[in-house]
Amino acid sequence: MNTYDAIVIGAGHNGLTNAAYLAKAGLKVAVLERNPYIGGATVSRELHEGWYYSNCSYVCSLLRPEIARDLELPRHGLQVVPFGGGATFMRNGDHLGSYFDHDRFYREIARHSKRDANAYDRYTADVTKQTRLIRPFLMRTPPDPTSLRPRELLELANFAKAFLNMGEEGLADTIAFWTKSVADYLNEYFETDVLKAHLGGSGIIGTALGVYSPGTAYVLLHHYMGDVDGNVGAWGFARGGMGAVAESISKAFRSYGGEIICDANVDEIIVKGSKVRGVALKNGDEYLAPIVVSNLDPKRTFLDIMNEKDLPSSVIKKASNFKIRGSSGKLNIALDGLPVFHGMDPKSPLMAGDLHFTDSLERQERAYDDWKNETWSKDPYLDMMIPSLTDPTMAPPGKHMMSVFVQYAPPKINGEDWTAEDKAGFEKTVIDQISNYSPNFRDLILHCETRTPKDIESEVGLTEGNIFQGELTFDQLLFNRPFPGYAQYRGPVTGMYMCGSGTHPGGGVMSAPGANAAREILRDLNKPNTVPGGYADD
Amino acid sequence: MTDFDAIIIGGGHNGLVCAGYLAKAGKKVLVLEARSVPGGCAATNEFVPGFKVSNCAQWLYQLSPAIIKDFKLKSHGLSFAAENLATIALDASENHLRISGDSLEGAGISSEDHENFRVFRRKMRKYAKLMQSAYEARPPKLVEHDWRDKFTMAKLGLGMKGLGKDDMSDLMRLILINIFDVMNETFASEQLRAALALDAVIGTPMGPRSPNTVFTYLHRFFGETQGFTGVSQVAGGLGALGDALSQSVTALGVEVRCNQSVTSINKTHDKATGVTLASGENLSASMIVSSADPVTTFRTLLGYSNVETGFARRIEHIRTKSGTAKIHLALTALPNFKGLDEAALKQRLIIAPTMNDIERAFNALKYDECSDHPALDISIPTLNDPSLAPPGQHVLSAIVQYAPHSPKAGWDSLRETFLDRVIGEIERYAPGISDLVCGKELLTPSDLEADFGMTGGNWHHGELTMDQVLMTRPAHGATQYRTPINGLYLCGAGSHPGGGLMGLAGKNAAQEIIRLGDAA
Repeated sequence: MNTYDAIVIGAGHNGLTNAAYLAKAGLKVAVLERNPYIGGATVSRELHEGWYYSNCSYVCSLLRPEIARDLELPRHGLQVVPFGGGATFMRNGDHLGSYFDHDRFYREIARHSKRDANAYDRYTADVTKQTRLIRPFLMRTPPDPTSLRPRELLELANFAKAFLNMGEEGLADTIAFWTKSVADYLNEYFETDVLKAHLGGSGIIGTALGVYSPGTAYVLLHHYMGDVDGNVGAWGFARGGMGAVAESISKAFRSYGGEIICDANVDEIIVKGSKVRGVALKNGDEYLAPIVVSNLDPKRTFLDIMNEKDLPSSVIKKASNFKIRGSSGKLNIALDGLPVFHGMDPKSPLMAGDLHFTDSLERQERAYDDWKNETWSKDPYLDMMIPSLTDPTMAPPGKHMMSVFVQYAPPKINGEDWTAEDKAGFEKTVIDQISNYSPNFRDLILHCETRTPKDIESEVGLTEGNIFQGELTFDQLLFNRPFPGYAQYRGPVTGMYMCGSGTHPGGGVMSAPGANAAREILRDLNKPNTVPGGYADD
Repeated sequence: MTDFDAIIIGGGHNGLVCAGYLAKAGKKVLVLEARSVPGGCAATNEFVPGFKVSNCAQWLYQLSPAIIKDFKLKSHGLSFAAENLATIALDASENHLRISGDSLEGAGISSEDHENFRVFRRKMRKYAKLMQSAYEARPPKLVEHDWRDKFTMAKLGLGMKGLGKDDMSDLMRLILINIFDVMNETFASEQLRAALALDAVIGTPMGPRSPNTVFTYLHRFFGETQGFTGVSQVAGGLGALGDALSQSVTALGVEVRCNQSVTSINKTHDKATGVTLASGENLSASMIVSSADPVTTFRTLLGYSNVETGFARRIEHIRTKSGTAKIHLALTALPNFKGLDEAALKQRLIIAPTMNDIERAFNALKYDECSDHPALDISIPTLNDPSLAPPGQHVLSAIVQYAPHSPKAGWDSLRETFLDRVIGEIERYAPGISDLVCGKELLTPSDLEADFGMTGGNWHHGELTMDQVLMTRPAHGATQYRTPINGLYLCGAGSHPGGGLMGLAGKNAAQEIIRLGDAA
């Protein structure tokens, strides 16, 4: 009989993490995955022989170290290799290199502006302050500010205390940082366009906002608050591609006795008498459990696999209004060799990092205007990497794998679905932009997988292809994520929970939502907590 | 001995209000105004011989009734030519939408939208009421607070809880986001969405999709708590408000000197002692209260060398961008707007067909360019107040969203083109209007800056963004109307609660100064 203590829908990294902690507490847990493979958006796929594409998420930093340690992910095969470098190429043939070494980076910025080089330390210190503020809250359940229950009030006081500890001046800076645009924020420190553009990109990745939109400085923070081996702000590649993250969590889960069932496409969550009973698959199979956890985004959870009659109308409305706008696309490219870029030594350490071709905030903002006009950016912001330089297992010897994240691409073109022609035009725009800086790039392409928001939606199941399962805007953060009243991972029906990136603390390969949800579920079951608390370093 | 107890820099409405309250408290007060008339942005100007217009602010919709009463403004000559006007959102196919208070007419608005509108406004009124408890008091400090701040915060906290669970959580969701999404999730009619979205962005350098525009909408909506359910028109133009205020405070013993441009604030050690005028004259006072914007106050008048570096940096980074211009047309006859009768032309007319139109108009501003199709907020003041033009002739005044402060090409080469472009926009709804134009004026943000001394030409003396409102307005170190310099205070729109012809910044500042008394 298909009866479990808990069923998790979706084998993305959060679903697996959630399942692992439930299984660790002794529950009999099944994870149901629609695709024939696990990982969701944390996946490595061999779509061209010999090349492994991290075809959705492509870099790792946010994964909570306490989870990696607690689930012994390294023992289960996860190895995160930090990468250094990165550069923004300029239209005048020069570039700004982002060196890992502080002094070298100072000299590089000083080459463009002495003043900016000096301001950079002040900038890093200020951003680090905000990072320190937010990190302790990643592994906590946000309180409901409208509730008067002692536990919520206590946690609210906890939140307030952390903020008030910043002091009056620090608080003013915090309010500014959390609400202003990344452009305004960077303008306060720097004068060089290329440096601002290099840093500003982190404020828009995955977001349907422009660098001039208030609120984007926070998105920047979202890209700074992770770490690789305790090195806060650093990013790395998972060896073997991002699928290694999901694989290692799944191994931890299985080691606790968990079961993963692939090709299990959930049709609906069965609710009887306002209690969850289990799920029914599209093929008619039923899996029963008193607890069902959805790793799907809030729209799919409430509007797709739940019945309207089982939900309060306010939840339907909140889910309908939930902002989960597709704004990014991706190209995964198999290369016959290493492309050469104007003005850069192919052996330069910068090549191993993130490469960009948008040298001013204005160009980034104009790329957003195209998105607003419901078309892909004609001069897009690219976050391009060649992971095979750091991790040779991604491609055959001498060959390379390139990952190109593209901002912006809308979920629909002028209100219509993407056509093959649109997709070809989108691909050409991206390849043209790179070719402008690399003469041999085009000839090296052996295979190119182009993914529009539409493709990401249909394959991974993320509504509109939004990589964060919902925008990281203030109305959808902390106690508002996914929406007010439901930020504690509990759904509106007894036994139903949410554990995806659509819940606090949001998107990125972080696993914190999955772990936090498990903690709340175990609390409701009066089981001992298996989820590790905050990291002592924070 | 000093010449005065207090010198107020700037005779705008906030400066005059502050002066008046200080005089009521027995202070000997001098107001120094650089322009030839008092009132600041509450001004009237004869832009073409015989044609007068409110040449800065256009409407009155936020002025505190307490201030009208305390200064007996009505007996000093303030009267309304029209009160609580309806807003008419123009439609190219004459399907105009009329918005008046809670009621909607025309434009085929569905019954759901009628109901949604009532519900929406009821909710906004609740939020505005909550804002009122913050706006009519000194902004609290969150960390270095005293019992007064605690009281304000407790009041706000209780007010939040008092909204009820749903409205409270909705407020926390709405307060930082954009009007675009809120309109889309609330109303089906695009015309209605766009009309309300225009209220959210007018006077700001933001578009409907910019987060923070729900807050700016509420800031404008706050006027409803002050008794305005629509915009009102002051008889004789807004200059009459400046005159009434000036007369009233003069009667209270305040000395108001016009044509007196302050060039510097003087200090010894850490105390402000007086001001120097353009004429070279020095005047001393035991306190200086500046209603000039914070950037002008600290950068130009005091000088950054007189404050600590971090503070100077904060002031320098106050965002004072403006995207708002004004045009004034002298017309030989009443223009004919398609589908509108004379009674309708007396109302506030807006041109903003869709939210995307406003957003596209805003796109240009981001790159310091002029909108191709600017959104407009139009008044034909002569219909309500014929004294503003020769008999039978008219004035049309419009707020233009968006025009940059410093276009890349320079205003000299753009001025005529842009004027014609705006007239062309109006022409689409009022065919033949260009033939009636016998005089015209464009006031760009840089003109408004030069004429009214507002940095960037920004109405609010600093954008109304989350990091520049409430307890962080204008910037850390200068909140609660005090500054790092003893004896130097702020009382202008750059201080809490911000711009608009409201008078509360001046009033709150005076209260704080009086409370501090000799401790100041």
